[in-house]
Parts: sequence; structure tokens; C-alpha cells
Amino acid sequence: MQLTRTQTARAHSRRSLTDVQIQVLFIAPTIILLVLWNIFPLFYSLYLSFTEFSVIKPDVPPAWIGLQNYNKLLSDPRIWQYFTLTGRYVVTTVALQAIVGFGLALFLRERFKGSGLITTLILIPIMMSPVVIGLFWKLIYNPAFGIFNYLIGYSVPNSGPDWLGEASRALWAIIIVDVWMWSPFVMLLCLSGLKAIPDYLYEAAAIDRASPWFQFWRITLPQVAPLLLIAILFRTIEAFKTFDLVMGLTGGGPGDSTELIAVHLYRAAFTRFTTGESSALAYIILVIVIAVSNLYVRSLNRIRGES
Amino acid sequence: MTKKLGLLTLGLTAALVAGCAVPAAPAAPAAPAEQATAAPAGVTELTIWWAEWDPANYLQELANDYEKERGIKVNVVQEPWGTYYNKVTAEWAAKGTGYDMVVGDSQWLGQAATQGHYLDLTDFMKEKGLDKTVTPATLLYYGTYDGKYWAFPTEGDALGWAYRKDLFEDPAEKEAFKAKYGYDLDVPKDLLQLRDIAEFFTRPEKNLYGVAIYTQKDYDAITMGAQNFIFNFGADWKNDKFEVEGVLNTENAAKALELYRELYTKFMPPGLSNAFFQEMNDAFISGQAAMITNYFAFFPALVNSQTNPNYYDKVGFFSTPPGPGGVQFASLGGQGLSVNAYISPERQQAAKDFIEWFASKPVQEKWAALGGYTCNIEVLNSDTFKKATPYNPAFAETMNFVKDFWNIPEFGDLLVVSQRELSKYIVEGQGTAKEALDNIAREHTEILKKAGYLK
Repeated sequence: MQLTRTQTARAHSRRSLTDVQIQVLFIAPTIILLVLWNIFPLFYSLYLSFTEFSVIKPDVPPAWIGLQNYNKLLSDPRIWQYFTLTGRYVVTTVALQAIVGFGLALFLRERFKGSGLITTLILIPIMMSPVVIGLFWKLIYNPAFGIFNYLIGYSVPNSGPDWLGEASRALWAIIIVDVWMWSPFVMLLCLSGLKAIPDYLYEAAAIDRASPWFQFWRITLPQVAPLLLIAILFRTIEAFKTFDLVMGLTGGGPGDSTELIAVHLYRAAFTRFTTGESSALAYIILVIVIAVSNLYVRSLNRIRGES
Repeated sequence: MTKKLGLLTLGLTAALVAGCAVPAAPAAPAAPAEQATAAPAGVTELTIWWAEWDPANYLQELANDYEKERGIKVNVVQEPWGTYYNKVTAEWAAKGTGYDMVVGDSQWLGQAATQGHYLDLTDFMKEKGLDKTVTPATLLYYGTYDGKYWAFPTEGDALGWAYRKDLFEDPAEKEAFKAKYGYDLDVPKDLLQLRDIAEFFTRPEKNLYGVAIYTQKDYDAITMGAQNFIFNFGADWKNDKFEVEGVLNTENAAKALELYRELYTKFMPPGLSNAFFQEMNDAFISGQAAMITNYFAFFPALVNSQTNPNYYDKVGFFSTPPGPGGVQFASLGGQGLSVNAYISPERQQAAKDFIEWFASKPVQEKWAALGGYTCNIEVLNSDTFKKATPYNPAFAETMNFVKDFWNIPEFGDLLVVSQRELSKYIVEGQGTAKEALDNIAREHTEILKKAGYLK
């Protein structure tokens, strides 16, 4: 009799676990981890951004200073200089990657002999570590024995420019590497978009004697645009965070001609250990990235709506 | 709690923007060794953190002897130079016990001492007489902060110079040099002679250049290279009252920087705009540079036939030459061995026992024989040491006039400024030497005022 009661209780207990409860049971560990590792530090670092605090001074607690860190950062002309530099870098690299990536996708849209191999070769840079790429390109740019100057027409060693040593060229040197590295990513997304365009659209356009330019402008581009914008969005966010490539190639120099904002943040957080100030800087960057991303997402939604 | 939260925040800050990885966890301790003798409260293994380079391998070899003698296994965990400081400071922030001893840079002393990360070794070193075994300069720079000892000088190091003997001793070169400059071609007796020799050997058409010097902006390379010249032209980072204005930004210091920039722009192999120790050795080994500066710790590769097949037997070494006024200093490298303040008293005692053993003369002799740069007075002055390698005589000489950058807790702030401004002038060519020094002096003064060193 007692055994029966226990069995009944267990059966009742199982029955009483609703679908929602089961969902909560499964999701809870993820939520807990998310809160512990993402949400809580996010808000705690927000708090720290209003304090004077250095993480390696264990006996000095954070001292509340209100908006002083933000005031200091936003009134520092050097920070604006680094933001401007980062902005130039982001716009240039992303624009070039969009053009090159889209061009490559158009080239590889039609299958031809060796197209698979070419596609694979083009994708190799994405698979490599940025630090390795930095060291690799440092050798390529070397004016004495690097191949880059030779390829652009300086056949005599040491006669070409020192790409990483001249302030006017160093940023372009990094941009070239970034475009080389990430254009294949844009190409990959565009290629999937191009291959998804139904043939009947082109057939109908051909029947109407639409020119290739008209077909590109009215069919190809609008169809690929959502994926292209996603690629641009990802690349914009990533370009804002560019760090390892710069450290590998120039270390932020010469002077501070390639000191992108992420590199500057690294120095503030890990060389100077101004944790409060670097938290504030991280939030300023975060807000800018969110704002820019928002613009992209709105454009994306508009294009989707139109299509 | 605050410290842990802070660490977490630091990690998030990095992840948010830089996408940096959280510093790696310390290596898992090796299996406990069989104990031959009693160790403090059953301590069977110790962990030392050091940067990834040859001296750390030599230390591990010595540590293996320690295990045989005392039965305590000592693991030397190596971290690449680029991330070494980050790894250690992350451990400090967490009050971590991932290591028992750390071989830390001289510049860290003030920070580690005042913030409580290192154990005070003053009484221990005095009681055991360890402070008397090493040269005063190394004890001061690698071990002392605020009158107390925080580290035992372990790896003495400083900037020195290597040169191509085949070029310097070539009769035709000697004749041509004397005809052009009016004195004999030899190891430079001052920095102006170094400039002449650099100019003489600069022959771009033969891919040969006179000199290679530090230019890297990351961490401290260009500051270490340029401060040699600043010191030897009679200027300094500060005076005894921590005043910078008028001490650093002097006419002499400007001349020193102008010379450094001249060497970089006119007589250095191209493509070395972000160069540190590896690039220096590369320039020498490839036959591009007639002279290079580098820390002595990186010179073994130059006399090794495997790593320098063309010139390993044609390389000579000299100390950093004095300036035109005869002042002679050399930028300090090297590190001291410190004990983690957060480990248990038993482990602290075990660590001290290891340091005492390491400081003994027989061990220091073996340390030097392996390739470590001992700071032990007797070993340094012995003929055995001076004859052991071609670079040891220059090293022993240099250890008498080493000089350091700031080692106060604010050194990181100060270093960021000097790196930026020196790189701006020397590599980028922006502004004048005086402007660069004025900028550094102004910003350093602000930092020192904020930290309370200056009113």
C-alpha cells in the first residue's frame, strides 16, 4: 500500500512538471552563466567607469568620481584623434572589402574549371591567425627583401618606401592587409546570395533585352544587398576592434599614426592599468559601435521590406 | 570581492573591444617529486614564472639539480615576453597563488612592493648575507625599492653592442676609415665615434648598413634604446626630487635624440621601424648591420654556428660607449627573483630556501656556466667567467654602470608617454627632439604630481 502511494506521488510529481518548468530547467544554467560572465560584469564595469580604480591596486577600493572619466576622455584631443583615425580605418577597409569581396563573388559565381580551387585559395587568409598574418606581412613589406615593393614596381631592393616606417603609409599598409584578409569573408556571403538568385529573373530580363548593367543594378545588387549589408555590419564591428593586426605590424607606430582606439584601450587597461578610465573608454566605444550597427540594421530592414 | 570583480571587469573590457583572451591559467603543477630531505611543512614542489627565453631554460636546468639535492621539484613556467607582464599583473589582481616565485622586471619593483604583491625579503637577505654576494648596482636596480629588498638579483642584463670583426679588422677598411675620419677604426670610444663608424659602413648598394637600434613602440624598446643616449649625453629622467622639467628636456638630451634619429634614418637597415631584440639579431645574422645594440641575454645566438652560420666566429662585443662628455651608462635589463606575498608561510619559506640555494657561489658559477648572467661579485670578476664567452668581458664591465628607467608604481603611465613621444620624433620624424622631450617632461610632471611625488 505504501509503495503504491510513493509511486503515485512520483507520477504526480512528474505530471506536475509543466512544459514551462522543463524549459526553465534547461535554460537556467545558460542564463546563470550568462548573468555571471556577461551581464553582471557588463554592469559592474559600467559602475567602475564612474570610479577611479586600478585593478592591480588590491587595497584601494573604487572611488566614485561621477562623470570625471567620461569628461576627461571626451575632452582629450588625443582620444578624438584616435577615434578619427579609427573611423577612417573602418570606413576605408569596409568599403574596400565590400567592393573587392563583391567583385570576387561575381567572378566566382559562374562555375568554371578550377573555380573550386580558386575559391578555397582565396579563403585561406580568413583561416589564419591575425598575429601570424601580421608577422608574415611585416616581412612582405620589408623594403630590403620584402616582395611587396617589387610587385608594385620597385625592382631594386631598398629603393621602395618603408611602408610600416612612414607615418603616411603605415595606416594604408594595415588597411591593405585587412582587406586581403577579410574580403574573402564578404565574398563568401555575397556568393551565397548570388547563387540563390533564381535564373528566371535573368531569363525574363534577357527576353526584355535588358542590358547587363541594368540586370546588375535591378536584379543582382538588390538580391544580394541584404547579405552584403550583413557582411558590412560584421566587418564594421570587427574593424572597430582591430587590435592584433596593428600590434603585429606597427605596435601603433610610428609615433601614434596607427594607434587605433582598441590599441589605445589595450594600453590604458593593460599597460597603465587605469581600470576605471579604460572601462569608460570601452563604454564610449560600445555606444559608438551600437549606434553604427543600428544604422546598418535599419538600412537592412528597409531593404528587406522593399524586396 | 572587489579585486575579483575588478579582474572580471578587466577581462570584459578587453573582450569588449580588443577581443583579447583572458590570460591563460597557470600551468598545472607537476607530480610531486620524491622527497629526499624534509621540506617546509611538506612542500614538494615550487613554481617559478619567467619570460620565454634561454635564461629560463638554464634556470630549469638548475632547478633540476635542486630537486636532486633537496627533493623539491621546481617548475619554471615560461610565458612569451609580449604577454608576460599581463599574465603576472592578472595574477596580482586576483591575489593569485599560481606561482611561488616570479622573475620580474626591475621596473615592476615599485608597483609590486607598494601594492603588496611581493614578499619583503630585507631581513632574509641581510640575515643570510645574500645582499653582500651581488654587485651594488644590481642589488639596487633589481632588488631594492624604498630601501627594502624585494628581489634577489637573478639575471643581470643590460644593453650592449655587437660588431662585425671581419669588417672592423679588415686592413683596407681600416685604411679607408682613417683616411676619412682621421682616427683608427676600432670599437667606438664614444657615441660620436659610433656614429662615424655607422656612417662609414652604410652601403645600401651592398645591403650593408652601419647600425641597428631599438625602435619598437610596444612596451619599452625605443625608450630603453634612446635612454642610453640621453643618459650618456648628461641628461636624466629625473633628479633626486623627482623633478623632470629642466632635467630631461635639456639641450644635451635633444642632441642625444637627434643622434639617435640620425642613426635610425641614415645608417640603419630599412624596414626596422618597429624593431626589438629579434630584429636586431636578424639584422646582424643576415649581414645587414655592422653593429647592433641588444640586451646581452640575446647575444648567445650570435656566437652560435647554428643560428649565425656566416658570422658566429666574426663577432665582437663592446659596452655602450660614453657620450661626448665622458658620461657612461647602459640601460638596465635583467630581473630579480621575488616571492609571491599571497602564498602560505610554508611555501614562502620553501621559496626563500630555494633563493638561498640559488645565491650560493657554486650554483651561481653553474648559472654563469650555463649561460645565465650572474650578478654574483666573485663569479663576475673571475677569469673563468670573463673567458667563458666572447661577450662576458663586456657584460662584466657594463654591470658597473647600468641605469634604469623609472621603477615607481606609475612606471606604466610614464612609459606610455615616452614610448609615444620618442617614436613620434625618432621614427615618424614629427617635430623636433626638443619638442619631444618637452612633451615627455610636461606629461611626466603631470603624472608625478597626480601621484604625489611633486607638488
